[in-house]
Amino acid sequence: MGLMQVDEQDVDDKQKRAASVKSAVDKFQLVPEFLKVRGLVKQHLDSFNYFINTGIKKIVRANDRLVSTVDPSIYIWFKDVRIGQPSEIVSGVSEKITPQMCRLSDTTYSAPILVDIEYTTLGSRSEKTIMQKKNATIGKMPIMLRSCCCILYGKDEAELGRLGECPLDPGGYFIIKGTEKVLLIQEQLSKNRIIIDTDKKGNINASVTSSTELVKSKTVIQMEKGKVYLILNQFAKKIPIMVVLKAMGMESDQEVVQMVGRDPRFSALLLPSIEECASLDIYTQEKASEYLEGKVKRSTFGSPSSNQEGRALAILRDVFLANVPVSNNNFRPKCLYVGVMLRRMMEAMLNKDAMDDKDYVGNKRLELSGQLVSLLFEDLFKTLITEAQKAIDIILGRPSRASRFDPTSSVLNKEIISHGLRRTLSTGNFDVKRFKMHRKGMTQVLARLSFIGSLGHMTRISPQFEKSRKVSGPRALQPSQWGMLCPCDTPEGEACGLVKNLALMTHVTTDEEEGPLISLCYCLGVEDLEVLSAEELHTPYSFLVIFNGLILGKHRRPQHFSNVMRKLRRAGKIGEFVSIFVHEKQRCVYIASDGGRVCRPLVIADKGISRIKEHHMKELSDGVRTFDDFLRDGLIEYLDVNEENNALIALYEGEGTLDTTHIEIEPFTILGVCAGLIPYPHHNQSPRNTYQCAMGKQAMGNIAYNQLCRMDTLLYLLVYPQRPLLTTRTIELVGYDKLGAGQNATVAVMSYSGYDIEDAIVMNKSSLDRGFGRCIVLKKYSAIRQKYENGALDRILRPDRTGPGAERVQILDDDGIASPGEIIRPNDIYVNKESPLETGGPINSAADPKDCKYRSAKQTYKGPEGETCVVDRVALCADELNNLSIKLIIRHTRRPEVGDKFSSRHGQKGVCGTIIQQEDFPFSERGICPDLIMNPHGFPSRMTVGKMIELLGGKAGVSCGRFHYGSAFGEPSGHADRVETISETLVKHGFSYSGKDFIYSGITGSPLQAYIFMGPIYYQKLKHMVLDKMHARGSGPRVMLTRQPTEGRARNGGLRVGEMERDCLIAYGASMLIFERLMISSDPFEVQVCRVCGLLGYYNHKLKAGICSTCKNGNNISTMKLPYACKLLIQELQSMNIVPRLKLAEA
Amino acid sequence: MAAAQEEKREEKKFSIWDLPDVPEKLPPHLEFARTRVQCNLDAPVHTESITYSGAYASMRVDNSVQLDFFQEKFRVEVKRLTKDDMEFDLIGIDPSIANAFRRILIAELPTMAIEKVFIANNTSVIQDEVLAHRLGLIPIAVDPRLFEYISENDSPNEKNTIVFKLHAHCKRGEPRLTVKTKDLIWLPNGSEYLLEGQNPDSSSSSKPKTYTSFSCSQDSLPEFANNPISTLPDITIARLGPGQEIEFEAHAVKGMGKTHAKWSPVATAWYRMLPEVVLLEDIEDEDAEALVKTCPVKVFDIEDIGNGKKKAKVARPRSCTLCRECLRVGEEWEKRVSLRRVKDHFIFTIESTGALPPEVLFTEAVKILEDKCERVFSELS
Repeated sequence: MGLMQVDEQDVDDKQKRAASVKSAVDKFQLVPEFLKVRGLVKQHLDSFNYFINTGIKKIVRANDRLVSTVDPSIYIWFKDVRIGQPSEIVSGVSEKITPQMCRLSDTTYSAPILVDIEYTTLGSRSEKTIMQKKNATIGKMPIMLRSCCCILYGKDEAELGRLGECPLDPGGYFIIKGTEKVLLIQEQLSKNRIIIDTDKKGNINASVTSSTELVKSKTVIQMEKGKVYLILNQFAKKIPIMVVLKAMGMESDQEVVQMVGRDPRFSALLLPSIEECASLDIYTQEKASEYLEGKVKRSTFGSPSSNQEGRALAILRDVFLANVPVSNNNFRPKCLYVGVMLRRMMEAMLNKDAMDDKDYVGNKRLELSGQLVSLLFEDLFKTLITEAQKAIDIILGRPSRASRFDPTSSVLNKEIISHGLRRTLSTGNFDVKRFKMHRKGMTQVLARLSFIGSLGHMTRISPQFEKSRKVSGPRALQPSQWGMLCPCDTPEGEACGLVKNLALMTHVTTDEEEGPLISLCYCLGVEDLEVLSAEELHTPYSFLVIFNGLILGKHRRPQHFSNVMRKLRRAGKIGEFVSIFVHEKQRCVYIASDGGRVCRPLVIADKGISRIKEHHMKELSDGVRTFDDFLRDGLIEYLDVNEENNALIALYEGEGTLDTTHIEIEPFTILGVCAGLIPYPHHNQSPRNTYQCAMGKQAMGNIAYNQLCRMDTLLYLLVYPQRPLLTTRTIELVGYDKLGAGQNATVAVMSYSGYDIEDAIVMNKSSLDRGFGRCIVLKKYSAIRQKYENGALDRILRPDRTGPGAERVQILDDDGIASPGEIIRPNDIYVNKESPLETGGPINSAADPKDCKYRSAKQTYKGPEGETCVVDRVALCADELNNLSIKLIIRHTRRPEVGDKFSSRHGQKGVCGTIIQQEDFPFSERGICPDLIMNPHGFPSRMTVGKMIELLGGKAGVSCGRFHYGSAFGEPSGHADRVETISETLVKHGFSYSGKDFIYSGITGSPLQAYIFMGPIYYQKLKHMVLDKMHARGSGPRVMLTRQPTEGRARNGGLRVGEMERDCLIAYGASMLIFERLMISSDPFEVQVCRVCGLLGYYNHKLKAGICSTCKNGNNISTMKLPYACKLLIQELQSMNIVPRLKLAEA
Repeated sequence: MAAAQEEKREEKKFSIWDLPDVPEKLPPHLEFARTRVQCNLDAPVHTESITYSGAYASMRVDNSVQLDFFQEKFRVEVKRLTKDDMEFDLIGIDPSIANAFRRILIAELPTMAIEKVFIANNTSVIQDEVLAHRLGLIPIAVDPRLFEYISENDSPNEKNTIVFKLHAHCKRGEPRLTVKTKDLIWLPNGSEYLLEGQNPDSSSSSKPKTYTSFSCSQDSLPEFANNPISTLPDITIARLGPGQEIEFEAHAVKGMGKTHAKWSPVATAWYRMLPEVVLLEDIEDEDAEALVKTCPVKVFDIEDIGNGKKKAKVARPRSCTLCRECLRVGEEWEKRVSLRRVKDHFIFTIESTGALPPEVLFTEAVKILEDKCERVFSELS
């Protein structure tokens, strides 16, 4: 009976489970809603907005007073700061600017930084008046597009269109001097956290990188040969940790041992250190301080101020563990912090698992553009203040000061901030000496090759490690990356695994106010350390509470505490991004509210039952409920990587058990934007998805809605782009269906003509005739009408249409600039410009420009021969120096040719092997002729099953008229069509269930002896085209120095017979060929060699004889051929006092 | 029914000794391989056509093509004929010949298509080259037989060129304008654009020189007097936003599909071999129903054979698309149902683009093949 009951229960349970699966709420709608609220590049925007709204105010508040050292009553007080509207001052009037204007006119999209100030002025008779000034400009801040102070903020599609902006463009970048710059996300190790790891020698280290507003330092506590030392930059040598503790006032060894823990194993480990300290004869604080004083690094420019109290103590207070605050010289918190560090080290010694993993995502912080700009701004603002102070002091120090003195007008140099920000963002070299930051390549020009490429660029995370290091750890896929960083999207080669990309739903936190959270913790029963003895630090039944790396105290009921904290968070009482993480092993509760943590939203579940019910989703689809409502109502919460460790997350609602705390929203969100394009990626071999992530960025297509109004240096567009027949949810979410980069080609998987080996594809000529793969290449050429020092100006002349060279000016308008729509050929002039001969010297404005002599500076087009290019657009604008800048866009339309590169969305690239007439192509029973033929050998080794399913799904989609889906892991939730249903659809429309058709040969007319797998696959045309690469030359230009042929296609260079080729020829014994290749065809030179001295002579044309300049006669001269480079070598050696002598023999 | 009976006889086992000493016919399995493609579940077999006259010489069977025999057997049956497409059966012909027609239809039948576009103004978003490419693909409803090919040195005249012009302008403040092919205006007098260097004022006795040199107006020719040349009316050429304008002149010339697909007179032309579905054994009751249900194109029907028994029969073999579902009903079904293609019976489909009606296209194709044969004869003799 009992058994029966169990069975029944089991069955019941199963039924319930099954029912809940059926009733599982489709939570997919949350994803678009999330993206609506948070956006694709919301990390950047949030971070920048935080800086604009909070960060900048904090910085100014921290440095708000500028007081003259000469006269302290002269001051400038910055009362408030804000960012104005993006504008530009045109002839004294401030005009609003739009991003598109900046792109076209090569200016910076920036807004003035406005401050409210109070300051004193000195009248002519030295009377002081206190003045107020509102909205004074202290510089200009480059504005991130779509941030809260961008004019695009909150605009709808129509308004964006009116501003010349693409509504699908995500923003998140800057426009500096007309180029779009992305500040890459920087990955760093967490600041202010204890990290336990081993160094190269195997010593265990506990390190803390402290970072406060004032100091940034790194403290390392190391265990070497059983003894514990402190390593700090300011100390010349390693310091025994016991000495440090004693110097900080913890004189009793017993207390130290108690602090680390009563366990005898810990005491044993600590013993050698204590003994060492004793052997140094240090027992008191004074002795310890004295000892430390001796170890302080003698800096060459030591400041005298620190001498009074002892530099060692100052270092311990300000630099050592700088993140732990010291008030009233109370070093106890620092001692306890050291205690915790020691304890963690000891634990790691006894148990290797306690070691921290540096690659663990929870130990990483992402530095976003807002933080980086704020760092820059802080530096520049401080520079501004010191500069201004100096200037005031100089003015005040002047004995004869006659006129009024108004500090705001003269000393606040706006250019310091404007220029500093602009330069750093445009070069990407962050060189902030104040914060010891020297990093290169932080900004990159936004990749505008394809829409998805620019999106992917914005989610890229650049590493702090140098790429050349051959370490596998940081490159490996971390399990903690799940859902936060895309597992597929990483480049191949040296940066593999180091450069990462954010996943679709990742959010990066910004800093949050700490004060209220700390006091809340104390209210919730955290016992302050001050009231505890060292003994109690590590007593059982209590957990330490660590807030942002700072030990707050301990709590006896950690679970209860964390539950309450979480409840408060879900109720919206504390920030939604605060993470509470109970670390059972370390017996700590970690609370984090700092910026740069990655987190993602998850549905909260109670005992495995999702809190989101059908009616919630209904309300969402009715538009009554937004994503934020879900957050506010405690249905969804953000978890960061650490807190995920306390959660049991079910993939689907039905899979929840009693312990389940959270449920994933949609599994496909673990992929990023680039990987989201791949249909059925979970059926592919993993590296194929990685390859596609790299290739999707090279695919041609539509870039943006405003693509034809942009003036990019190089733009590739597809003439007839399509949206993929087999889409994914990500494609729809990011707008790839509106700005596609490829075409749906009917592919037959078969062998044909032999020109399809090695991944080459055979293309149908008629398809190409009808526009398949046709693309437009737009290139920018520009000319500037320069203004010179002496006031002279370049001039652009009306073309002379009669004289010699008239055919070269055909395309010019009467204004001397090529007219749009004209066909431009190589050597055609596109700007008929002349430059003045005299450009230097004083300004002679009086002189008539006609007197000036000019030389021709015609801009000629140097395109490849046989390519018909057209002038697409001509734009005139003023550049930064107010010169007239002329930009021409030259367009070239190309149809695919043999050698052009194509790729499907599964990392299967191939070049076009041959182009075959349609009548020779095979055709199906329904008269369908494929657009391209792919060799079946591409499948077995690549294992791209996803591509086959795409073919099936595409075919079913075409026949039933519905776009099919192939989202990652989407089969259970209905976001990917199953192969079974696809096959059913195929059968319903009279196709074979396997997608294989009965095909007739177009050449013989008979049926083929196999059924052919045929259907549509989305193909991308990649930017690599033969036309841009093919190169051959007979004779051509040579390098001046060596007289050898030039190198590279751009210089019409020769093809080198390199060392290995030479070796082959030597092995063959083809001496004449070597002779021909290496000398005759390269740099032959005739030299006169003296047979006596063996040196080179010269040929005297008057005497018609060779003469040796060393022997001073021409008696023993032989003429021979030599590579010019050899002659050069001989002469260069001679110039270094080495005499190479040639010994000639009859040949 | 008769065919089915014949099939059954074929399937019976026969002893080698029963064969006549001098066979007048091929043995059934060879005859089957010669005339049918057997479409198995995994792959079709006997797909090749045996054309060698001595292929069966060892069996004293002559495989050469005999004209009188061909004449007797060859038939053309038109099944469907509309303005733009037609389906007909070619019976008693070798695949190579049928394929020749298909190839000629696609690649070698000339039509008129726009080859040169003189763009006077184009302020639309669509680029000049793309616009020209689109124009090229527009089918022109004119009989190409009335025109001559133009060679490189020829000047365009009324015999080899058709000129269209188009001027579309979307005024400011108006909604977007879709330019369709019906906006193309035929210029029977040739180009209206003057050659460069021509002075429009010097209207002396001679006509000003334009890009074409028509000796007479095309609409004065009897062929076009009553039916002006036009294109299919409803093809979108471009879409203009407010303030955009397109003005151009397009010159259509004669050409062949093998140079560029725009000259192909067919959207596509293809054939398929006549499907033949044979039930190798009686399929009754549930099996029959399963079979009928499984076929998506309803090839099979159920026949009542009295006393409540049902039997499957092949009702519409012609509609078989070779989805091979019937072979997948279960194991062993490959032995019960046989899908075949008749090798000398072609269901030919022509989809015309509109220049010529499909039946004319086919007769033209036949003429071209005839010409080719004659050329071979004359070259050989």
